[in-house]
Amino acid sequence: MAKFNLKINGNIQEVDVDPNTPMLWVLRDHFQLVGTKYGCGIAQCGACTVHLGDNAVRSCQLPVSAVGDKAITTIEGLSENGDHPVQKAWLEVDVPQCGYCQAGQIMTASALLKKNPSPSDAEIESAMDGNICRCGTYTRIKKAVKLAAVETENS
Amino acid sequence: MTVVKTKIGRRSFIKKSTLAGGGLVLSFNWLESCKMTSEEVSTLPKEWFKLNGYVKVGDNGLVTIMSPNPEGGQGVKTAMPMIVADELDIEWKEVIVEQAPLNTELYRRQFIGGSQAIRQGWNGLRMAGATARHMLKEAAAKTWDVSIKEITTKTGMLHHVSSNRSASYGEMASVAAMVPVPEEVALKEIGDFNIIGTSQKNVDGQNIVTGKPLFGLDTYKDGMLTAMIVHPPAFGMQLKSMDSTAIKSMPGIQDVFSIKVLDDDFTRQHFDTCAFLEVVAIVGKSTWEVMKAKKAISVQWEPIESYSEERQPYRGPRQTLTIPAGLESSEVHRKKMSEMTTRQSEVVRKDGNPELAFKNAANVIERTYTAPFLAHNCMEPMNFFADVKDGSAQLSGPLQKAELTELTLANRLGIPVEQIDIHMTRLGGGYGRRSYANWALEAALISKKMKAPVKLVYTREDDMTGGIYRPTYQVTYKAALDSKNNLTAIHINAGGIPESPLYADRFPAGAVENYLAESWTLNTNITIGSFRAPRSNFMASAEQSFLDEIAETIDKDPIEFRLELLEKAKNNPVGEKNDYDAERYAGVLNLVKEKSDWKSSDASLHRGVAAYFCHNSYAAQVLDVTMVNGKPVVQKVTCALDCGIVVNPDGAKNMAEGGIVDGIGNALFGELTFKNGVPEKSNFDTYRMIRMSEAPKEIDVHFVKNDIDPTGLGEPTFPPIFAALANALYKATGKRYYRQPFLSEESVNA
Ligand code: FES
Ligand code: FES
Repeated sequence: MAKFNLKINGNIQEVDVDPNTPMLWVLRDHFQLVGTKYGCGIAQCGACTVHLGDNAVRSCQLPVSAVGDKAITTIEGLSENGDHPVQKAWLEVDVPQCGYCQAGQIMTASALLKKNPSPSDAEIESAMDGNICRCGTYTRIKKAVKLAAVETENS
Repeated sequence: MTVVKTKIGRRSFIKKSTLAGGGLVLSFNWLESCKMTSEEVSTLPKEWFKLNGYVKVGDNGLVTIMSPNPEGGQGVKTAMPMIVADELDIEWKEVIVEQAPLNTELYRRQFIGGSQAIRQGWNGLRMAGATARHMLKEAAAKTWDVSIKEITTKTGMLHHVSSNRSASYGEMASVAAMVPVPEEVALKEIGDFNIIGTSQKNVDGQNIVTGKPLFGLDTYKDGMLTAMIVHPPAFGMQLKSMDSTAIKSMPGIQDVFSIKVLDDDFTRQHFDTCAFLEVVAIVGKSTWEVMKAKKAISVQWEPIESYSEERQPYRGPRQTLTIPAGLESSEVHRKKMSEMTTRQSEVVRKDGNPELAFKNAANVIERTYTAPFLAHNCMEPMNFFADVKDGSAQLSGPLQKAELTELTLANRLGIPVEQIDIHMTRLGGGYGRRSYANWALEAALISKKMKAPVKLVYTREDDMTGGIYRPTYQVTYKAALDSKNNLTAIHINAGGIPESPLYADRFPAGAVENYLAESWTLNTNITIGSFRAPRSNFMASAEQSFLDEIAETIDKDPIEFRLELLEKAKNNPVGEKNDYDAERYAGVLNLVKEKSDWKSSDASLHRGVAAYFCHNSYAAQVLDVTMVNGKPVVQKVTCALDCGIVVNPDGAKNMAEGGIVDGIGNALFGELTFKNGVPEKSNFDTYRMIRMSEAPKEIDVHFVKNDIDPTGLGEPTFPPIFAALANALYKATGKRYYRQPFLSEESVNA
């Protein structure tokens, strides 16, 4: 066990856990930030995607001890009122089915748009290919990413 | 206006609330963690009045509509309340949707399965809205002392025109709650719908995109422990012994013990399939600590003996099943199945004289199709929360058949059903898997032993290797053609391990003079269960690929060939029992032909078509492939659907798109193989799932417009897409695909 001070969604929070504990379980079990989902535990599905600084990372592969003073953003902290352009685009296109994968999809998409505000179809596909959606909402996800890109550009 | 009875026999469709207090209810939220915003709280009414099991009207005119069925992505939580709201005559934006509790008294069939929610809910939901509206009208009539016949409603308002009086639903709610449920109510004319048929957004959209706790896995309670199980590594194995001393002292670990999921003499209901009757439970304080202990535990396993189990199937008489001993392998399965090709099996249907037709045939085409076991791979792994006390239990989690799970829990725990309270959470996917809730039993038994609230979590590996798979299937199709290339006979020989996929009365039965359908099964100790469009998901792919090959042989356009067969089935049906409507079937083919521009002269497009009828709905699809850098890429799928009245068109399209993408994924990649009883894949590194780059670039969905009562949509687009893909790939590559997954034969789209 060891103590860590983590910057999560803008707040510094302390946790006392095994240093190998993946951030996924720190977020869910210790801070009840359950928007970040468990899907595979081996970096294959993207359900657990959060931002570490500006990068989309798989929190199931990120030991709490590796976070340091980098800021972590989860779906709960992506925007204050759920009105990030990507979230708004997701609602506009009415993307979700079961919804389980969608927080991860949104976190991957928002990190992509931060780096590349107007991605091509191929760039969207390659950025989003790590996120599985068993319900098969891919065509809507792609549409929403493009809509968010346009909205971001116009705002 | 149609007047309908609210009672059928003694059974009333619409029940008043069982709560006392004249229908006044207090809002109560089971998941305390779902906090409301202050804005939401300020617009809430001070009092709610319950008019029936579906409708609560607030004193300020807001209406809460209960969505009876669990939601797992089918969109019923939006569509079902839309039906109620339309008959109630209220603005959709005034509606709050709440997940109804499990209550077999108030609601019927709170299931996910068979694409039946809207179809079977339709009348009851309409009646619920109409009944509430009637009670509000009666309240106004009483208050104003006029005849109810003179009261009209318009979007949440009650009017008495001649005296120029008006009141909102909210103002009349308290009086309406005292009005008895009417014996009969008037339903709207189809043409008067103003919510049904409009596209409304997913009512949980905002909660989903902001990561609110909606799913079973998101359950956290004070004092809750986390549990995981260790099940045998292979089908055909069972627990022998374990050494838990080392892991018991690991950080956070509270206890380690084995549990008997079902007693040996337990009479199973249809959905009580259970692969591993005894599992090891590890209970601890946090997920990661339990995961670490799970990796460290040492358990010894031993082969099972053959045994028999008593079952009460969903329909029909009680059965005794024999579960064989042994460690099975896919290679052996394949060999055994291929031996069945030439064996005589049970004749399920015979029309005309197929033997003679084949004897006299100028040409016989014979093809065999196979498909492997599939894992459901819901993105939310299996999980359940249980808090079992002496004589009562509170449970929560994602379930497709909650009312059946409740009965099983009651039987196994020895607690009366009335003392079991199940909260239905949103499902992170179901597709059939969550109808079989062995993990709910496990959670309850662990909680009972620990005397504490427990959340059981399966790892992805536990989930994928835990059984309840789509069975492996095989079918051989044989067609007889005469010298003029007329199709004179069809012979189907279908079987599977351990279930046959045959639907003997489906197309092309009824369209072919001489027809023979045979069925066989082989047993196994690998457990199976419903998987999105059970059996259809295989039969459609084989049948529709085979018809494509016949059309090619006789040099006919594949759509025209199907339409000719359907014309025959319509005008001159063969046999008594054909469970499809040839006209509606042809309708979707004609629509897809038009919408896909089937006659397009674009030579770069390699196009495949397929159509299928299942779950009371008709689907036809045209799939376009182009070759990009020498590899086939799915560009577009055009889909025509006839599912009667479409309640929420955009939501329905989303469902259809999902079925199509899921189908393409499973056709290309889906496969679970076994070696000595061990599933050869356990996570997404080896079990390949379709990803965005492999999905169609465009999906274009069209509905046949009619006034027929709505039918299901969760499943019907899934089965035919396998064949549309196979037929298009053939055009692109010159190769026919007989064995799923197609990618095991050749690399496509990769
Ligand atoms: S849970 Fe982290 S990638 Fe799947
Ligand atoms: S919406 Fe269900 S897994 Fe993506």
